[in-house]
Amino acid sequence: MSTEIENLKTYDPFAEADEDSGKTKQTQEYIHIRIQQRNGRKTLTTVQGIPSKFDHKKILKVVKKEFACNGTIISDTEMGEVIQLQGDQRTKIKEFLTDKENGLGLDDKTIKVHGF
Amino acid sequence: MSTEEPSLQRRASRKSVAFTDEKLVVDADGSVTMVASPNDDTKETAMSHTPRTPPLSAALGAFTDASSQAPAAAPAEDADGLDLSLLKKKKKKVKAETAEGDDEAAAPAAGEEGIDLSLKKKKKKKVAKDDDDFAKKLEKLNIEGKEGEEGAVAEPEEQEGDWEKGTGIWQHDESKTINYSPLLARFFALLSQKNPDHASTGTRSYKIPPPQCLREGNKKTIFANLAEICKRMKRADEHVTAYLFAELGTSGSVDGSRRLVIKGRFQQKQIENVLRTYIIEYVTCKTCRSPNTELSKGENRLYFITCNSCGSRRSVQAIKTGFSAQVGKRRKNKA
Repeated sequence: MSTEIENLKTYDPFAEADEDSGKTKQTQEYIHIRIQQRNGRKTLTTVQGIPSKFDHKKILKVVKKEFACNGTIISDTEMGEVIQLQGDQRTKIKEFLTDKENGLGLDDKTIKVHGF
Repeated sequence: MSTEEPSLQRRASRKSVAFTDEKLVVDADGSVTMVASPNDDTKETAMSHTPRTPPLSAALGAFTDASSQAPAAAPAEDADGLDLSLLKKKKKKVKAETAEGDDEAAAPAAGEEGIDLSLKKKKKKKVAKDDDDFAKKLEKLNIEGKEGEEGAVAEPEEQEGDWEKGTGIWQHDESKTINYSPLLARFFALLSQKNPDHASTGTRSYKIPPPQCLREGNKKTIFANLAEICKRMKRADEHVTAYLFAELGTSGSVDGSRRLVIKGRFQQKQIENVLRTYIIEYVTCKTCRSPNTELSKGENRLYFITCNSCGSRRSVQAIKTGFSAQVGKRRKNKA
């Protein structure tokens, strides 16, 4: 009887479940690529939800050079770190994210492109 | 099935092109007995699909040493509809062959990139290079080319006939193998004939009136017929507007006559694209593709789509705005 109780103590169902759900959430998390209009013909592209295992700073540096645009990393309280690029870079950044050789080699399905 | 179909279609379209071109080639050569072999071409091509491809992949593995094999494999590619994936390999092969010096063999290998071009090339080469060992190569090429192309060429001739009257290949005592594409064509023709309702539901497109976009001033767009579209889709105006704003990354309001005013310049095409994605995500039933669905709030803040025609029910994601960068002057925001 006492052993059973001990077992119950060692096995904490709630903690385990929480961890599990957290993990599944991370795997299901999408990368959102959005576009925003600025004044005139100008636009902004935001990339939200790049996994934290990648160095955002390095990504930005490479991307800026490749797309010939400026950009910054914005640390949002809710969304985490968001890469923001000048101009409509949606197709380019998607290619970069999915490219296996010169990019991150992410799965195509985890990326969602929004906007018009 | 889905992978098979486009290849078949592509092949079919190629057939007609190859047909005319092949004729020309025959005229130029004169001696080639291409027309005089209407034996078992249909059978050959039908069967050749499966056996030809595996040796091809095998040949590709060892294409460096197999310069004699490569031209044999190339017409096999011609027979199949595998374009994009094989193009690269073909290029490699071409390189290998040119490196070994027999560029004539490259002609059939490149034959798939554009049949007109390659055939022109072939013809030119035939005229230009009549010396060296090209004669032998030409013979070989012609034989192989016949196998690859003529099989496809002879098909439309062979596979003709009316299935309703039972003529040609559709004759009752016909022993030839009927190709897949005419069989499929017959199936769909019969299907639409026998029960038109069934076939029409699959092909009928879902239509909504095109969005009307007006420009208000310089920086705002009016989406005039939102209410009408929402009524057509059976969705709440608010839901559609929320989706529009989230996707376009802007904000807006509804004016007096229920028109939507969106901040920013948007063209009709852009709004149409967003509406299309909305319909895919929130209107059509994923199971039966019917747009006759209802969006309802489920038990725990989840939205569900219930299909009225097949009764399936699925949950959909709530509309999320996501991150929106700060656009415009900062001073305004602070105040």
